[in-house]
Formats: sequence, C-alpha cells, structure tokens
Amino acid sequence: MGDGGYLDSASSEPLHPAAREAMLAALDQGYADPRRLHPPARNARLILDNAREAVAEALGVRRDEVSFTSSGTDAVHRGLLGLLPPGATVAHAAVEHSAVLHALAWRPDLKLRSLPVDATGRVDAERLGTYDVLALQDANHEVGTIQPAVGVGTVFRDACASMGRVPLREGWSAAAGSAHKWGGPAGVGVLLVRQGVRWRNPFPADDRVDGRVSGFENVPAALGAAAALQAVVAERDLVNARQHALVDRIRAAVARIPDTEVVGDAVVRLPHLVTFSFLYVDGEAIVDALARRGFSVASGSACTASTLEPSHVLAAMGALTHGNLRVSLTRDATETEVNAFLAVLPEVVAEIRRDVGM
Amino acid sequence: MIELDCRGLPCPRPVIELARQILAVEVGEVLAVVADDPAAAYDIPAWCRMREQEYVGADLADDGVPRYLVRRLG
Repeated sequence: MGDGGYLDSASSEPLHPAAREAMLAALDQGYADPRRLHPPARNARLILDNAREAVAEALGVRRDEVSFTSSGTDAVHRGLLGLLPPGATVAHAAVEHSAVLHALAWRPDLKLRSLPVDATGRVDAERLGTYDVLALQDANHEVGTIQPAVGVGTVFRDACASMGRVPLREGWSAAAGSAHKWGGPAGVGVLLVRQGVRWRNPFPADDRVDGRVSGFENVPAALGAAAALQAVVAERDLVNARQHALVDRIRAAVARIPDTEVVGDAVVRLPHLVTFSFLYVDGEAIVDALARRGFSVASGSACTASTLEPSHVLAAMGALTHGNLRVSLTRDATETEVNAFLAVLPEVVAEIRRDVGM
Repeated sequence: MIELDCRGLPCPRPVIELARQILAVEVGEVLAVVADDPAAAYDIPAWCRMREQEYVGADLADDGVPRYLVRRLG
C-alpha cells in the first residue's frame, strides 16, 4: 500500500488498521459459541451483535437486515437465490459479476434475460423490460461504472465492488458486500435482506444465531469487517476525492499512449479504479513487465490460453479485451506512487509492442 | 479476397496479423481473418473502431472456424 506499488485494491484492499485493532482484541474475547448461555459465549454474542450494529449504522440499514456470510460470493448467492421463486424471470445486467451469473445458471428453472449495456458499461434504465426479479450491481467491479438506482419490485443489488466506498443504491430487496474489498478481512461477506421482503434461505438451514446463514460465525473477523467499514465510511469524503483525482490523472495520461482505449464512465464511477486496454499487447506480458518494475496490477484479458474466454464485461461493452489492465488505488495511494506508475507505463507498452513487431 | 489463417493463434496475435496485413489490400477491399481465438470476436470489431476501418461482419470458414471480414477504409 502507499508507495509500495500495489495497484490492485479492487481485488483486495490491504487490511485497515481499524480492522486489525478490532480483530486482535476480538480474537481473545470472541472464541466461544455465541449461541451458548455462559459468560464466554455471551462475550462472543456481544461482539457479533456489536459488529452487526456497526455495519447497520455504517450502511444506514436496520440491524436485523444485516447478516455475516463466509464471503462476498456467498452473500451474492444467498441474497439473490433467496429472492427467486421457481420459474422466475430474472433480468440481469450483461456485466454482472460471475458470482451472480453462476448463481443464476445454477437454477435451470429460471428464465434469464441479459440486459445490454452501453459503451460505458451501464444498463439503459428505460429498457429494463418486465421481470420478476432484477439483478443489478451497484457498480461494476472491472470498469467502475456506477449503475443507475433503478428497478421496481424485487431487486437484488450486488454491492461487492462498492460497499463502504459509496452509499448503497436505493431500491434493494437484498444486497451483498465483501469485506476484503473495503479493507476488512477476507472470508466475511455482508448480506442485506430488506425487512418485509419475501426471501427464503436457498441452502440447507442451520441452527445458528442468524437463520439466513450457516456455519459457526467468524466472530473476530465480523468485528474487523465492521470496524473497517465504519472507518472507511467516515473517511470516504476525503479518500474518495483524492482517489477520484488520481484516477483522472491516470485516465488522461493513459489516453495519450497510442492505440489505447480507456473504458468505463469517466465521472459516474467508483473513485479508486480504472481499466484500459492496449492494442497488440498481451495481458499477461504487461502484468509481468509491470511486476518486474514493482507494480502489482490486475488484467481482465485471457490471452494466456486460447481456450479461456475474454472478460464478459469488456465484451458486453464492445471494448477491446486484450492488453487489458485494471488499476485500482488503495486508500493510502499517493501522487508519488501514481506518477511512478505513469512514468514507466508508456515504455512498458512500447517494449511489448516492439517485441511483437508493432 | 485475401484470407489470413490465424487458426491456433492466441490473442492478441490475430489482431496483430490483421494490423500487419491490412495494407496488403487496396482501400475499399475486404481482408478476411480466420481465427478460433474467442477474443477475436470482440477484438477485431474493436480494432476496426479504434483504427477507423470497417468491420463488415463474420461468417464461417469451410471447417467451421469463424471468419471475420474487415474492409480497408484508409
């Protein structure tokens, strides 16, 4: 983080100090089974309840609408599948995360309708058509474009890329978040189910504190996730403004590299990430070349094996799928770090193009 | 019509071959790229847009491999 060249916070944000502090305390206090009635169990239960309360407050939702799952993916699966009656018609953005698409594919009884997106990756709010359930991400995980707060009736919102960073989009029936994307620990997801919504646990029931989830709660991690979320929400006005401006600099500088496409909405977007593609460049080659220079960056390209499909997000946007990089800033990202990256990027691209004779 | 055989080439090689060979056809003529790389279906139209050439469409070569047609505009 900071000046260390880690530019992949959209895959996983480094642990927030507030999470570390909360988890260290809870590791010693939160070991017991929160369902039991003895004092150590009551400690664990208290920690879990505090975590739930803190998440509810940070997100502006009710405490009883919050569940802790074992991951963001698990929150997506439970949140979405729990809303879907047999044979339901589901409209979903073509650019939904694969966790959403895999959950829908798992239910052969559903009638699926994929909503096309424009060149920025956004669905057309006027053309949602008819559906029983709408599955629409709050913001796209690859390109950062924020989707409109649309949809009437039953709506599932995947907020894994955005939770904590920007307020939840209005109108959700159920929603999902992922703690390690905001600086909490991995292995904690947040499932929100709106009070009064018809939602049924799609998986085998378990006799835990919270009937929406299964398995023994990771109490210290839940508290760490909650502490990080509170801190991120408290800091976000400052952090977002800084990140937004740094990403603007990256977008402008990258656009000056020849035969390059910067994708995603330039303005209505997540503050910390940007995606671009370079013609004639192999995605793995550029990730490796940047890693040798100390920069850790993700790629949505699938050039490494011809059997791999390219990013369905970039494909749906009509964007170039090869030579793709996703740069995402940590909360501590500095101008120095961004400048250092931008200083090496044009030469790295030129070198790879030279190697293939372009 | 000139046809580029890019069977078996991983991305971004079909697009690189297209960029190299487009100058071999006259302005207004069509170059065909036969490629089984799944990224070519998206990246050849994207290349046309970025390099201001015309993407005509796709059909299938005799062996069923996708064939992408590009008209040189300049």
